[in-house]
Amino acid sequence: MTTSNYATERETSEGRVFTVTGGDWDSVVSGTDPINDERIVVNMGPQHPSTHGVLRLILELEGETVREARSVVGYLHTGIEKNLEYRNWVQGSTFVTRMDYLSPLFNETAYALAVEKLLGITDEITERATTIRVLMMELNRISSHLVWLATTGMELGAISIMLYGFREREYILDIFENITGLRMNHAYVRPGGVAQDVPDEAIAKIRKFLTMMPKKLKEYEDLLSGQPIWVERTKNVAVLDVTGCVALGVTGPVLRSAGLAWDLRKTMPYCGYETYEFDVPTHPDGDVWGRYQVRLAEIRESLKLVEQAVDRLAKPGPVMVADRKIAWPAQLAIGVDGMGNSLEHVAKIMGQSMESLIHHFKLVTEGFRVPPGQVYVGIESPRGELGVHAVSDGGTRPYRVHYREPSFVNLQALPAMAEGGLIADVIAGGASLDPVMGGCDR
Amino acid sequence: MFGNQGSGDVSGYGGLVRPRRSIEAASRPFGSYFDEVHDALEEAYPAFGDAIEKVVVDRGELTLHVRPERIAEVCQVMRDDLALRFELCSSVSGVDYLGADARRLHVVYQLTSMTYRRRVRLEAAVPAEDPHLPSVTSVYPTADWQEREAYDMFGIVFDGHPNLTRILMPDDWEGHPQRKDYPLGGVPVEYKGAEIPPPDRRRSYQ
Repeated sequence: MTTSNYATERETSEGRVFTVTGGDWDSVVSGTDPINDERIVVNMGPQHPSTHGVLRLILELEGETVREARSVVGYLHTGIEKNLEYRNWVQGSTFVTRMDYLSPLFNETAYALAVEKLLGITDEITERATTIRVLMMELNRISSHLVWLATTGMELGAISIMLYGFREREYILDIFENITGLRMNHAYVRPGGVAQDVPDEAIAKIRKFLTMMPKKLKEYEDLLSGQPIWVERTKNVAVLDVTGCVALGVTGPVLRSAGLAWDLRKTMPYCGYETYEFDVPTHPDGDVWGRYQVRLAEIRESLKLVEQAVDRLAKPGPVMVADRKIAWPAQLAIGVDGMGNSLEHVAKIMGQSMESLIHHFKLVTEGFRVPPGQVYVGIESPRGELGVHAVSDGGTRPYRVHYREPSFVNLQALPAMAEGGLIADVIAGGASLDPVMGGCDR
Repeated sequence: MFGNQGSGDVSGYGGLVRPRRSIEAASRPFGSYFDEVHDALEEAYPAFGDAIEKVVVDRGELTLHVRPERIAEVCQVMRDDLALRFELCSSVSGVDYLGADARRLHVVYQLTSMTYRRRVRLEAAVPAEDPHLPSVTSVYPTADWQEREAYDMFGIVFDGHPNLTRILMPDDWEGHPQRKDYPLGGVPVEYKGAEIPPPDRRRSYQ
C-alpha cells in the first residue's frame, strides 16, 4: 500500500490540509442501513463520563434494547510489562503501582510476593512487614470500594454519594500519604518488605478512621438502600450466575455476588490472612444490587482486618528482610534537599567503609540477582484475582512479568450482562464490574 | 577470562558470564498434591505420554510442558475430569525465550481448581516461524481476551479463536511489542549536563 488509511493530504492555497477519518468506525457501521434498519449502532466512549475511564463500547440497539455489545479496550495501554524488562527488580515496584491506580498497594504486594517467591525468601519476610502489608491492602480495599460506590452512584444518578465516597476515600489517602509519602503510586511495598515503618501519627489516624467509618457506612446505606430509584436500577439488573462467572474468569465481588464464597484470602491464603478473623460476604442474586451489598459488607470486613492489623503493630520489629544482599543499606528519611537521605549512613560510606560504599553502589545501580525460574502468585484485589506471573533468567532485571488483571478479565463479561437488556443497564452492569482501565490496559 | 576487551570496565558489564542454574525436569515423588494431579491426568487422558513433554516442579509450583497441538485437549481433561476439576483458567500469557529455546515463544496457562484449591501451570512452546497452537477458548471462554493479548504482544496464533485481533495495540500496528527482539524505544535525556541513554541502551548486568 502506498497511501495511508488514516490521513490523506492535499495542498491548498492556505497550506496543506489533512483529511482525518474516524479510525475503524466506517467498518463498524458498514452493513447497517440507518433508514430501513431497526437496528442502529451506537459508539459509547472511549470518552464517555459513564464508562469508567477510556472504555469504548459498541452497542447494537433495537430501540432501547441492546442486541449486541462489544467492548474495545487498549486506550490506556502504556507498556508497563515491557518497560519492567528494562529496569531492575526493585525499580519494578514503581512501575506496577501505576497499573491499577485505585489499588496500587495490591499491585505492589503481588509483585513483591512474586519476587520473594523467586528469590526463595518468602519465609524470611518479617512479621511486621507482612502485617503492614495487610493493613495497607485492606485500607486500600476500602478506598477502592469507596470509589466504586461513588462513581457507580454518580453513574446511576446519585450525586451525593459520589461526594461522600470521595470524601472518605480522601481520608484514607491522607493516611497513605502519612505512611508512604504519596497519596497514590506509592512504591511502598518492595521485594523484601516495605520501604518505611508506620509512624505513630498514622496509627492514631487509622484508629480515628476506624471509629468514624462504621457511621459513614450507615449513612451510605440510609441514603441508597431504601431509595426506590437505586433499588429499581440495581435489582435484577445485569445478572451473571456462578457458571457464567467461572467460565468467563470473573472473580472478586462479582463472583461472590452470585453466591460463591471464593476469596483468595480464605481459599489460598497469603500474607498470613489465615490468622485473621473475617468473613467472606456473599449474595444469592448475582445482580448489581448483590454486588453493592457485597462491596459494602466487604468494607466492614476490611475494617475488622485493619483493626486486627493495627493491634498487631503494637509489637515493634524490622520491616525489611535481614539479608543485606536484598535490603537497601539504610533507612532513608527526607533530607533538607527533599531527597531521601540518611546522614549516619552517608557518614559511614563516605568516611569509614569503602566496602559499604561499593555495596551500596552495586545494590542500587545494578540490583540483586534473582535465580532463574518462574512463579505465579495470585492475591485478592478489590476486583478479583490479581495474578503475577514473573519469570527470571537469573539476571538483575525481570525477564518477563505478566499481570493477570481482574479488570481486564472481568470486562469480558460485559456483553453477557448487557445483551438483551436496556441501554441504561449497560451503565449499571459495566459499573458493577468495577473496571479500572489503567489496570485493564496496563 | 572475564570478557573485558580493553575498555577498562571491570564491572562485569563487559560480558562476565556466570554459570546459570537451569530448570531440570522433576522426578518422582513430586511432592505436595503434584503426584495426584499427574496421576489423575495420566489416567484420564489416554495420550498423556505423547502430550506431556516434561514435568517441572520448581518453587512449590507444578509445570506441565505440553505439546502445543495437544493443549486444548489437555485443558479439556483438566477441566472436566472429576479428580482434576480445574474450573478456572486464571491466566494465559506469553513468554519469549529468544536465544534460550529453539521454540522460543511459550504460552503459559495458569489453571486453578476451585474445588481442590490447587494450581497447575501448563506451558506450550512454539517456534516463531510457525507460531500456531489450538485456542482453548472453547474450554475456557475467559481465555478469549488473554489469547488476543498474547497474539497482540507475541504474535502467537491461536487456531480456532473466534476473533483473533489485536486488543491493546492499535489495529494497524506492525510487529509484536513484547517479543525480545522488538526494541523498547525511547530517546536520550539530558540531566544536569549529562546525557542519559534510553532504558534499553543502559547497562544491563547479567
